[in-house]
Amino acid sequence: MSAVAGTHAQDQHHGPARGFSRWLLTTNHKDIGSMYLIFSFTMFLLGGTMAMVIRAELFQPGLQIVQPEFFNQMTTMHGLIMVFGAVMPAFVGLANWMIPLMIGAPDMALPRMNNWSFWLLPCAFLILVSTLFMEGGAPNFGWTFYAPLSTTYGPPSTTFFVFAIHIMGVSSIMGAINVIATVLNMRAPGMTLMKMPMFVWTWLITAFLLIAVMPVLAGVVTMVLMDINFGTSFFNAAGGGDPVLFQHVFWFFGHPEVYIMILPAFGAISQIIPAFSRKRLFGYSSMVYATGAIAMLSFLVWAHHMFTVGVPVAGQLFFMYATLLIAVPTGVKVFNWVATMFRGALSFETPMLFAVAFVILFSIGGFSGVMLAIAPADFQYHDTYFVVAHFHYVLVPGAIFGIFASAYFWLPKWTGHMYDETLGKTHFWLSFIGMNLAFFPMHFLGLAGMPRRIPDYALQFADFNMVSSIGAFMFGATQLLFVLIVVKCVKGGEKAPAKPWDGAEGLEWTLPSPAPYHTFSTPPEVK
Amino acid sequence: MRVYAQRVGVLSGGLLFPALSMADWGVNMTPGVTGTSNDIFNLHMTIFWICVAIGVVVFGVMFWSIIAHRKSQGAKPANFHENTMVEVLWTLIPLVILVIMAIPATATLVDMYDTTESDIDIKVTGYQWRWQYEYINDDFGYFSSLTTPADQINNRQAKGENYLLEVDKPMVVPVGKKIRFLLTANDVIHSWWVPDFGFKKDAIPGFINEAWTRVDKPGIYRGQCAELCGKDHGFMPVVVKAVPEEEYNTWVAEQKEAAEKERQLTEKDWTMEELMERGETTYATNCVACHQADGSGAPPAFPALKGSAIATGDMAAHIDVVVNGVSGTAMQAFGSQLSEADLAAIITYERNAWGNNVGDMVTPKEIFDYKNEQ
Amino acid sequence: MADYQSYYVPEQSKWPIIATVGLGVTLYGAASIMVNSTQGASTSSAWFVFWAGILIMIYMLFGWFGSVIKESRSGLYSPQMDRSFRWGMSWFIFSEVMFFGAFFGALFYARVFAVPWLGGEGDRGSSNMLWEGFQATWPLINNPDPEAFPAPESVIGAWGLPLVNTILLVTSSFTVTIAHHALKADKRTKAKIWLGATILLALVFLFFQAEEYMHAYQELNLTLESGIYGSTFFMLTGFHGFHVMLGTLMLIIMLIRIQKGHFTADNHFGFEATSWYWHFVDVVWLGLFIFVYVI
Ligand code: HEA
Ligand code: HEA
Ligand code: HEC
Ligand code: CUA
Ligand SMILES: [Cu+2]
Repeated sequence: MSAVAGTHAQDQHHGPARGFSRWLLTTNHKDIGSMYLIFSFTMFLLGGTMAMVIRAELFQPGLQIVQPEFFNQMTTMHGLIMVFGAVMPAFVGLANWMIPLMIGAPDMALPRMNNWSFWLLPCAFLILVSTLFMEGGAPNFGWTFYAPLSTTYGPPSTTFFVFAIHIMGVSSIMGAINVIATVLNMRAPGMTLMKMPMFVWTWLITAFLLIAVMPVLAGVVTMVLMDINFGTSFFNAAGGGDPVLFQHVFWFFGHPEVYIMILPAFGAISQIIPAFSRKRLFGYSSMVYATGAIAMLSFLVWAHHMFTVGVPVAGQLFFMYATLLIAVPTGVKVFNWVATMFRGALSFETPMLFAVAFVILFSIGGFSGVMLAIAPADFQYHDTYFVVAHFHYVLVPGAIFGIFASAYFWLPKWTGHMYDETLGKTHFWLSFIGMNLAFFPMHFLGLAGMPRRIPDYALQFADFNMVSSIGAFMFGATQLLFVLIVVKCVKGGEKAPAKPWDGAEGLEWTLPSPAPYHTFSTPPEVK
Repeated sequence: MRVYAQRVGVLSGGLLFPALSMADWGVNMTPGVTGTSNDIFNLHMTIFWICVAIGVVVFGVMFWSIIAHRKSQGAKPANFHENTMVEVLWTLIPLVILVIMAIPATATLVDMYDTTESDIDIKVTGYQWRWQYEYINDDFGYFSSLTTPADQINNRQAKGENYLLEVDKPMVVPVGKKIRFLLTANDVIHSWWVPDFGFKKDAIPGFINEAWTRVDKPGIYRGQCAELCGKDHGFMPVVVKAVPEEEYNTWVAEQKEAAEKERQLTEKDWTMEELMERGETTYATNCVACHQADGSGAPPAFPALKGSAIATGDMAAHIDVVVNGVSGTAMQAFGSQLSEADLAAIITYERNAWGNNVGDMVTPKEIFDYKNEQ
Repeated sequence: MADYQSYYVPEQSKWPIIATVGLGVTLYGAASIMVNSTQGASTSSAWFVFWAGILIMIYMLFGWFGSVIKESRSGLYSPQMDRSFRWGMSWFIFSEVMFFGAFFGALFYARVFAVPWLGGEGDRGSSNMLWEGFQATWPLINNPDPEAFPAPESVIGAWGLPLVNTILLVTSSFTVTIAHHALKADKRTKAKIWLGATILLALVFLFFQAEEYMHAYQELNLTLESGIYGSTFFMLTGFHGFHVMLGTLMLIIMLIRIQKGHFTADNHFGFEATSWYWHFVDVVWLGLFIFVYVI
């Protein structure tokens, strides 16, 4: 041990600094993790509120509460905020909190940069949300901002939107670099790659995806910026460009992005199911390879979002086959989870409830994904509510339930208290029912022919839209319960032991609850 | 225990529900009226059932564990944690299933891409927010816009049967012929979709996409623009009337005649009243989407014409804006879209309606000369 | 990992938050400049915001790197810390590769797909109906709509300045390596000379690049506005030029640091990172030379 460095870190910093500067200036992975989680939940409420506006307008046919311009802004901002503001930061928050604890590291590899990654996010979203108040309104071209609707025909605020995306990109890339450096370099002695917890593995791969595709997003928004402000013609046929070029570049980012939003959840679920089954994770190594395969394949499937734009038939077939292939490694994961539960000793605390619902409902979303992947059939599904149903099934009970499951699973470790189990279960059941009520009917709507991104619809869609809106309100209101549960848990409650779940395994459970401010200054030995 | 049993029930019910109640309940895709749409429907159902079957097996095992292997019932965990044999199997079996899905999908797709040997070609152009149909073999064309009144949309009037799915002039096609569509757009990307035909194709500005269909059954088929194209994306329906061939031929003849009449209108001498009258209706179909019926627009995106400097100022500038549009904005070049008579009528109307009262007028002939000078 | 040493976790730091404010203010200013000028409004306050942001950024860069250098020189860093920096830098460079990848992708797509389609070839060849008289060529010296996008008169050939620039950059990659070896052997004067040579080569490169742009704008009418050829040409070479500029700055700072006596024969990660970056910039140029100029 090098004496200088060791004493420096240990002597002067027993606990956190006080006041607001603790949060502003911190380099501590736990503080930063908490800030990420709080930020992400705030964004979830904001994006959710916008979804409530959407659902309220769609409650009945006709225009009631908002005008079409504003409706489009709501759709766009809802998508952007949920994807970049709620889901991604939540996963980075979990990574910050848990990866050092799980691999026995004293902190993240680059702590100052870590702080920067976080604070860039509020900055980016401040700019993004401020566009709502600008002349001409906020971006109104969908979260996919297809050119030329976003270039030649975009509102003036588009330029601000572009820079907000740049800042988010910087934040994500640096967050991902930090995760990779931490995982590759900071593991406790004896923690070989193939001994890492699944959550760490999935995050390692996610980080790779992030570094590979966020710059591509930065590239495409830069081209949008240039087309708007500097007269280039990337997406304008009059100058030899092509609007479809936009879609290729965007989806090259966009498809890996959807796996960025699910892989860490896969990882967390792979921690939780064994813990509550009291049985080791089935097929650890195939889990690792499957995750890798999903990541690699995700670079080869982007044009499945573009089946209707007129990609030549050979390309169409290639992308269809590649997309179908992704079902194989994903299936391996699902089967492994089921096999882990099989002949275990199961109990159903809140994290496990969310995890089980995750497996089932995510699979349903996956099945509709496979249907969408069939190119000719996609001509019917594309840009209808069937797609909306698909991605909410993988995102809400996928990503969001994954995050809830993780939160309940690790709350005792974070706060030192047990959360209120009854309230937790209530939160689960109401979410479960509300979510299915909201999103299942969207399958029917889509198949019956309702396009997405419309503020008003033909009469035959009225009944299911109403059901869906009721479910959405129910799901939304339920989330306030979660605020209550977390606040209660932070404030007090039954003291949590070091290892509150008898089946859980891993280094994080060897630490006391709450985990001390500085942990693993001396790395543990892993056998 | 009961909770879980219920859940199994609800879940399998949920999975079966769409299939059991198929077309009657409006919960499923319809088979449609073309060969392609039937193929797609069959593909859709096959894959749906395969997914249901996989779901039943996978969730079946899962629910079995949930019910039988609970700690509260004294279950002791086993300690197996891998098995190469099953792992290989559950990689291969899904692979085989996917190959089985891919074969019919490939066949259908290749067939859909074959746009050769068509009987009729129709060029479809998407505009913000209506469709233009040009029958290129017969040299006529027209616009097709939404007719649902604003009062219905704003809930001031009961909604009609085809609320939001009705247009002034539907596309007309003959049954039993192979129709080739050349799809493009004038401003942003739109997407032309009639569910009953089983295809949806994007209309991309500056490019042409091809697609084809052959309608088996006469009838009126309705669809919508399926790509977000701005404010009124939800208000640009597609309506196609499929008719027997003779009826189609008479219709074509009428259209050609009407086009000729329209051209003659340019020659006619127009009075202010006639222009104003024609202007009001033409304005209502072409301009209200952006500039509103009372000319108030929706600033800053869409300027007001009431009291606008251009609409009350120099005539030449006014004609220029309407005929040539303002490039880089939603204001299109209407010169190529409307007849001289319509242009003259609209411009005259704008200059004299809503209290603009400029008092002057422009004749179709003048517009004709203006266009030719360019 | 028997060589474990305690990992240095820095104490609280004000630099990240300053960096955030700096970046946010700069970009907010930049966006305001653009939006105001398209709307014909005054841009002076926007420029003020922009420059304020830039100043904050400069202050932050000096401060942040300053404290890292200080920590490193006071021996707080361990080999493990060094590895973190190495991973960090490598992955950062990888992200830059992907960023350029997006633009190379755009170039590739335009050449192989979009332009031929517009010219009437291939799957979407019927698009030519919309652009009567347009013929696909590359370099594109007539545009589908010549009124909206006047085409360049001609484009810049590969075998003049671009070739010279290629030689310059490739040479500079060698010189920086020689400097690196010298530093490793603790031959400081030699290191300084070769690093100085690298910087000189870089500056000459930048000068020629500027020369070429002026030529393109003033004589060839090859601009950002001259259609997809100009768009891809300037985006690729422009972003590359910007990276050369950054790299040159980094090299200059390294020279100053060597002059000040920083670095030891076996601990000079700052220098190494800079030279990695420099090699990366060089490789991108080779890609550019081949795909933008030669082919
Ligand atoms: C977390 C996010 C997430 C995830 C994980 C996925 C997963 C998948 N998605 Fe999805 N998708 C989105 C988010 C996501 N998607 C979003 C946001 C959009 C819309 C974007 C927009 O336009 O706004 C979209 C759109 C989208 C489209 C475009 C639709 C269109 O616009 O027309 C397609 C088409 O192929 C598709 C396919 C798939 C497939 C095949 C998977 C597969 O990965 C699923 C694999 C999983 C399973 C199949 C289930 C489990 C497997 C088994 C039990 C094994 C056995 C199964 C079989 C053999 C079938 N998705
Ligand atoms: C992770 C991503 C994510 C998440 C979690 C959600 C969550 C939800 N989404 Fe969204 N959604 C997207 C990603 C996501 N969505 C994307 C990418 C699009 C495409 C955008 C585009 O087309 O460009 C989309 C589009 C989309 C549409 C289609 C819009 C259109 O095409 O016009 C709809 C319509 O119903 C919808 C609904 C909902 C609802 C009801 C929720 C609910 O789950 C939200 C629940 C949460 C809350 C409600 C917040 C918490 C509660 C409060 C703040 C209290 C106040 C509320 C009450 C008292 C009721 N979403
Ligand atoms: C899709 C939307 C749209 C439609 C439809 C539309 N316009 Fe416009 N119009 C615009 C926009 C946007 C502008 C502002 C252009 C600019 O920025 O200068 C405009 C500007 C104008 C102006 C100049 C007003 C001023 O004061 O600047 C006139 C006159 C005009 N339109 C007439 C018409 C007529 C006549 C029609 C129908 C035949 C029509 N517009 C249909 C969007 C539209
Ligand atoms: Cu046209 Cu949507
Ligand atoms: Cu995808």
